[in-house]
Amino acid sequence: MQPAQTEPIKAEVAGLNFFYGRLQALKNINLLFPANKVAAIIGPSGCGKSTLLRCFNRIHDLYPETRYEGKIILQPSGINLIGAETDPLEMRMRMSMVFQKPNAFPKSIFENVAFGLRLRGVKGRELLDQVEKSLRLAALWDEVKDRLKQSAFTLSGGQQQRLCIARALATEPEMLLFDEPTSALDPIATSKIEDLIFDLKSRVTVIIVTHNMQQAARVSDFTAFMYLGELIEVSPTRKMFENPSNKLTEDYITGHFG
Amino acid sequence: MSDFKRIIAKRKRQDLVFKLIGILCTLVGIVTLGALLVDLIADGIGRLDLGFLTSFPSRFAERAGILSSWVGTLLIMIVTAFTAVPLGVAAGVYLEEYAGKNWLTNLIEINIANLAGVPSIIYGLMALGLLVYKFRLGQSVLTGGLTLAFLILPIVIVATREALRTIPQGIRESAYALGSTKWQVVRHHLLPYSVGGTMTGIIIALSRAIGETAPLITIGALTFIAFLPPPPVQAAPPFISFDWLWSPFSVLPIQMFNWVSRPDQEFVVNAAAAGLVLILVTLSLNAIAIIIRYRVRKRIKW
Amino acid sequence: MKDLPMIEQSAALAADISVQPPAAGASARARRLSRVKERIIESILLLAALSSVAITLGIVGILIYESSTFFAHVSLRAFLTDTLWTPLFASPRFGIMPLVAGTLVTTAVALAVALPIGTIVAIYLSEFAPAVVREVLKPALELLSAVPTVVYGYFALQFMSPLLQKLIPGLPTFNMLSAGAVMGIMIIPYVSSLSEDAMRAVPMALREGAYALGANRIITALKVVYPSALSGIVASYILAISRAIGETMIVAIAAGMQPNLTFDPREPAATITAFIVQVSLGDLPHGSIGYQSIFAAGLTLFVMTLAFNILGYVLRKRFREAY
Repeated sequence: MQPAQTEPIKAEVAGLNFFYGRLQALKNINLLFPANKVAAIIGPSGCGKSTLLRCFNRIHDLYPETRYEGKIILQPSGINLIGAETDPLEMRMRMSMVFQKPNAFPKSIFENVAFGLRLRGVKGRELLDQVEKSLRLAALWDEVKDRLKQSAFTLSGGQQQRLCIARALATEPEMLLFDEPTSALDPIATSKIEDLIFDLKSRVTVIIVTHNMQQAARVSDFTAFMYLGELIEVSPTRKMFENPSNKLTEDYITGHFG
Repeated sequence: MSDFKRIIAKRKRQDLVFKLIGILCTLVGIVTLGALLVDLIADGIGRLDLGFLTSFPSRFAERAGILSSWVGTLLIMIVTAFTAVPLGVAAGVYLEEYAGKNWLTNLIEINIANLAGVPSIIYGLMALGLLVYKFRLGQSVLTGGLTLAFLILPIVIVATREALRTIPQGIRESAYALGSTKWQVVRHHLLPYSVGGTMTGIIIALSRAIGETAPLITIGALTFIAFLPPPPVQAAPPFISFDWLWSPFSVLPIQMFNWVSRPDQEFVVNAAAAGLVLILVTLSLNAIAIIIRYRVRKRIKW
Repeated sequence: MKDLPMIEQSAALAADISVQPPAAGASARARRLSRVKERIIESILLLAALSSVAITLGIVGILIYESSTFFAHVSLRAFLTDTLWTPLFASPRFGIMPLVAGTLVTTAVALAVALPIGTIVAIYLSEFAPAVVREVLKPALELLSAVPTVVYGYFALQFMSPLLQKLIPGLPTFNMLSAGAVMGIMIIPYVSSLSEDAMRAVPMALREGAYALGANRIITALKVVYPSALSGIVASYILAISRAIGETMIVAIAAGMQPNLTFDPREPAATITAFIVQVSLGDLPHGSIGYQSIFAAGLTLFVMTLAFNILGYVLRKRFREAY
């Protein structure tokens, strides 16, 4: 059920439990994420997929009464992402996240992409080059190259989301975390972003949380199915959708519940 | 990676520095409040005794008291409350429950928003020209009370509206469904349920009015008054008199202002004592308002 | 929700039928009576609401009426450009500039205190302070605006002024600095409470976007939250300006009552509001030029605050629509 052991692993989740106060949202998650592949996490509402994703960049730490148990080991550095001794700020410097609703900053298109770079002290020529490179990677450069100084809000919803992707790419993260990135977008914008995700995996390891199974099937190399805070099954995507091992998985995929 | 560490350390330092600055700035206000209270108490507590509360003002500092001022404040507040509360609550009810979306409603709402931002002394000027002279009400308790009532009217209206807004629409709908008329819904349901929130706003408005000085000086309140207005209740028929409405008056903040403005320092003590009484009254009223708001919130949970 | 039209129609119908049971006729009358009663009540409530319009008309009317007699004697040009304000002298001068200068300087000092401190407090309470701390500090700060201004005036004269005299040698007892500083402290909650509300209304998703890129709290606060909440924050600044311009007692007690055309806050001066108080304390015959001068001054003050109030109202509407 896990990806072949010969592939390099980017992250290993071991015995992960997560609590919102008294409520246990994640129960004993064990999962391997191979490097430079796209992993999809699917499951019905409330299964914990976003919660799992948000452990990777410690966004939970912004809220009170959240608690982690277990490990998420990042390779090749061997750091435990959720360890008490690990600095959340440092983890967020290594990861990037794209959110469900495009949340472009109230700044110009250029400044949005440059934000993360400026935080890391990048300036001058290097800054300009990185911004252009990220916008090209996000397939947005041609559409915005003449209006970099305009407000990000002059872009359409799909373009804003690609801007957020460019912003996330600019800092050259070790992993790219997508939290239902296309659920607020129209089909054309969605398909552009799915093509983008597929292209990106050569550069970075991707985790995408989605409630859209067809999207998971289109875009990912392997898929994990979660239900009520537990990991039910994880397989290469092909196998997950054609021949799932677990009855619950099969029921979800065939639409018996959602 | 060491680059990261350096940047992260710098960021954490920034956060710490700002946290300290933030706490310091917050303390500026609180420390000032404390200094103010300590200053007043240090200067004035010695002077605060029963004699002070029951003496008229005098040329001699040690004999001067606030009797006429606090009686004046009390009488003014009666007029203010009797005017502002019915007027404000009625206006609030109209705007929240009856008014449609038309130009008239917009006009009224813009007016209220504007009036809330008009300096208090302008109300005094209006009252001087209109009430004192044009309407010939004179420089009396009635004029003073009306002036302050107009001043706090926007506060009462807003408080009423906010209190009514907390009542869920479902309550109105079920009352109508039982066959109530609009006024019956207001009278039997909305007003009783919102009384807590409205009361809180009214008390805060009145505590604001008690501290007002400028408009009353403008209409000609006296700063030295050695007599009391005629009492509202008498032993002889007709038992209730309204003469006091037409009487000249002074109020507590004006008395304090008068004492503070004197060049001779001996009156400073009196001013401080008067200030203590003022602060005690306003802070108690605010405290009562907060307690009422807390009790109401506990009792009614929509 | 008005009365159900069906009831009315059936009542009318019942009234038309020549032979009708007395009960139907009585209840139709009762319904019509009740309807009349409802209309009367609504009219009374409407009148109460219209009282606000009446008050505004009263204010504007009186100010213009009394000022018009004033401006019959004094040219508008002299009023706006003359540099001396001495309406009670034997040969009076009517230049409003000294009073306007006094108002502006004290306002500037107050804003120099209230705007930075209020903004920093708002950022701290909104983005840094834990919920418990915020719940205690916010109402504590709001107590500042509950203190009567005459008490602040006392504090400015008796405490702040001597304190500043130690720091600035040669500072006169009455000066615009002490008055302005105390006024500024009084205004802090106007800025901090409204700005904090504006910042808390910024959706968490925007902050998460910044944090996810590795930003710390202060950078997120300054570069993402503050710009997003700007129209609400500026509305609070405008409210503070309007409040400072209209303040009377603090400046009347601590800044002196001598009109003085200067921009040096270390000097004493009279504001528009202090002048009105000074004249009202005296005995001016109704209808004299001195009496009318306070209305001219009041009109100037009204116009100044009206301009800022309109600006603030427009900005607050925009802020509410954004979310």
